[in-house]
Amino acid sequence: MSSEIASAYQQLKETSQSRWTDLIQGDKPVIMVGTATCGRAAGALDVLESIRKTLGDDHQDIPVLEVGCIGHCYAEPLVIIAKPGGEYPPLLYGYVTPEIAQLLVRDYVFGEDPSLEFLLGAMETNELLPSMNDLPRSTYEHYIILENCGRIDPDNIDHYIATGGYGALAKSLQMQPENVVEEIKKSGLRGRGGAGFSTGAKWQICRDSESDYKYIICNADEGDPGAFMDRAILESDPHSLIEGIVIAAYAAGTQEGYVYIRAEYPLAVQRVTKAIEQARQSNLLGDNIVGSNFSFDISVFQGSGAFVCGEETALIASIEGRAGMPHHRPPFPAVNGLHGKPTIINNVKTLASVPRIIDRGADWFSGIGLNATKGTTVFALAGKITNTGLTEVPMGTTLRDVIFEIGGGIPEGRQFKAVQIGGPSGGCLPESALDLPIDFDSLRDAGAMMGSGGMVILNEDDCMVDVARYFLEFTQNESCGKCTVCRLGTKQMLNMLDDITKGEAKLEDLVTLEQLAHDIKAGSLCNLGKTAPNPVLTTLRYFRDEYEAHIHDKHCPARRCYNLMAYYILPEKCQRSCDACVGTCTVEAIYQGKTGIKVIDQDKCVKCNTCVEACPPQYNAITRISPLSELPEAMPPMEKK
Amino acid sequence: MSSITLTIDNKKVTAPEGQSILWAALDNDIYIPNLCAIRERTDPAASCRLCFVEVEGKPMPVTACTEPITEGMVVNTKGTESQSLARTALELLLASHPVDCGHCAANNSCELQKAAKHLGVKLNTKRYRKLLKELPIDDSSPIFIYDPNKCVLCGKCVWKCHELGIGAIGFAYRGFDRMVTSFAGQPIGQSNCNQCMECVSICPVGALVAKENT
Repeated sequence: MSSEIASAYQQLKETSQSRWTDLIQGDKPVIMVGTATCGRAAGALDVLESIRKTLGDDHQDIPVLEVGCIGHCYAEPLVIIAKPGGEYPPLLYGYVTPEIAQLLVRDYVFGEDPSLEFLLGAMETNELLPSMNDLPRSTYEHYIILENCGRIDPDNIDHYIATGGYGALAKSLQMQPENVVEEIKKSGLRGRGGAGFSTGAKWQICRDSESDYKYIICNADEGDPGAFMDRAILESDPHSLIEGIVIAAYAAGTQEGYVYIRAEYPLAVQRVTKAIEQARQSNLLGDNIVGSNFSFDISVFQGSGAFVCGEETALIASIEGRAGMPHHRPPFPAVNGLHGKPTIINNVKTLASVPRIIDRGADWFSGIGLNATKGTTVFALAGKITNTGLTEVPMGTTLRDVIFEIGGGIPEGRQFKAVQIGGPSGGCLPESALDLPIDFDSLRDAGAMMGSGGMVILNEDDCMVDVARYFLEFTQNESCGKCTVCRLGTKQMLNMLDDITKGEAKLEDLVTLEQLAHDIKAGSLCNLGKTAPNPVLTTLRYFRDEYEAHIHDKHCPARRCYNLMAYYILPEKCQRSCDACVGTCTVEAIYQGKTGIKVIDQDKCVKCNTCVEACPPQYNAITRISPLSELPEAMPPMEKK
Repeated sequence: MSSITLTIDNKKVTAPEGQSILWAALDNDIYIPNLCAIRERTDPAASCRLCFVEVEGKPMPVTACTEPITEGMVVNTKGTESQSLARTALELLLASHPVDCGHCAANNSCELQKAAKHLGVKLNTKRYRKLLKELPIDDSSPIFIYDPNKCVLCGKCVWKCHELGIGAIGFAYRGFDRMVTSFAGQPIGQSNCNQCMECVSICPVGALVAKENT
């Protein structure tokens, strides 16, 4: 059997390689455009069209590939141009507009000028040009899960197979399933969905559960605000995921698989569906996969937008056609899951790690990372940070390195205040926690949570009470309403936070708030409720002074909370002859004071911030003041002559 | 089926294997507050969050309705932590319940009153803000009244209605807006309800009451 699988895979690989080299003719340039959702939002499709148009009918033979997320989302749209046999390695261009794209095609694809003014860096280390690998961040990064993202064509299975893809599957099929489980156990891989349960152990439980039929589900219902790691993998490298699912299915003895993708990710749905179809055609799914006697297939299931469906029991209910509501665990899905059968539920990143582990061995994987957490973790950097986008680092890297070395720190010379990690289930950690090595356990001890890996950076302009309120409002909206404490408790908490941000709370309300938060955490039915209070608990733990300032002094230190803050035009900075703010004010709240400088009528002002944006930067005359008691008396209007 | 011996509140009790702590306790005259528990239900809803108890060897309080009994298990229904969780859940329910017992048909037979007395919680608790829904009362059925404002969302009526194969009522909406209603929100009298009154008799509070009792 073993040799049959090996030869079937070898044949598959050769076919793919020859088809791929036919497409990418050795001497022709290759243009790659990052057209994942992040690129599209920045205009990548216009860039793509401009490239195709500039190439024209005469150069149809130059391949233009749509690749996934290249990782440097801050510089989208991104274009890679490779000229085999040329002077330079493949070059990465950032902030590309349709016009720049036209120039790049004319000057570098047709000509010999690499247009260095638009260059972000070379894709490989070389002696002529700085490469992306020379950036300081690359010393901290370690790409395993994302290694193919933006480098291969997600719509073409040949590209994946030609670079060795599905080799790990062929290798697994030649092993005994138990040994595959053992290998994953030995690697120390823990679930990347947030809780960090041992992946191998989960597979073992499913494997040992007696049943005539078993399922595997890939949880791609990524719902945290500010998180987009799973989307990048689904859109950029769907075959790594499919390969991981098939290996897991073989190891745990399951017959059928689902990829549960939220419907808000249409491109991910499209690319994964296409990838599954291609895998079927290549006999990587279906009956007797790669000449083995293992049969398995996958379908895509689209989630309809409920955050709670990321919780595994609610997810199962949703696939079964019932309302997406969690139920009590145990029984855990690995014993009693979809349609009452043993079911493995793994996160996208977990499954995408699997082929690499099988390929390179458990020892290689467990050599990366720290203590009880092996391997790497992917973060989506968002918020007040210079380099927004994706990064992948070994477990145990400190938050400081991720934020300042990889993320490039806080833009506009502002101060770091907190990092919100793990989405609505996570928490806000202050400066003092920045040297914490990142792993499941250290973050949990600090009151936050690894979550799925969203990281939102906050600066001194962010009010921590308001941030906690924002996340709680999110979970309260997404609470399914089944269990008492989550349904009513989060609503009560939200009301209390509303009162605090309005300056209407009393100091003893903080005690009630904190007690309720602890009780919801301990008393909720599912993990949505159990983790919902985390943003409040961590901000109370690390930023209690801000809560107290709101309550005691009616003062919002970040001057964010509307009811405690007012806009004020600094008379010494205002330029008499400038009327920018007056003209832009939507409610005519700005008038000319008697000395000619502008004054805001606080009764009319709706605090829309438009005047701040309109005030020319050289004056920068409009400020926010909190508490309201510090607002100077308004100057009377200029008398009309 | 073999029987299991365990200790609940220092009292040795026996109960059939496979039973949960809740029914083992209730069958032995040890009261644990509960709203959503149904004996026949194999998959407990575990949604009311009132039946928290402490089990020796478990780091956190557990819901008695979901925890199967084991030989030699030691259960404390009066632990500080578990009672604190139960009180919070009950006070949250009471804060969203129109407490008007004097005019309620369920007065003195209400499970909320029973739980409040047991846990030492005042019915008009002030810990949380009063959050009422103010939904219209449905009196379209000739023989019973449904007051969604008094409903504690235990789900017993929904379960019973489905169990009987009628399916006139179900849950709708999410979060705070979750409620028991008929299909498309039509008045119950115009739904496929057959007036069997099973929902009325299973309702632990005064949300479903017979007209003759009002």
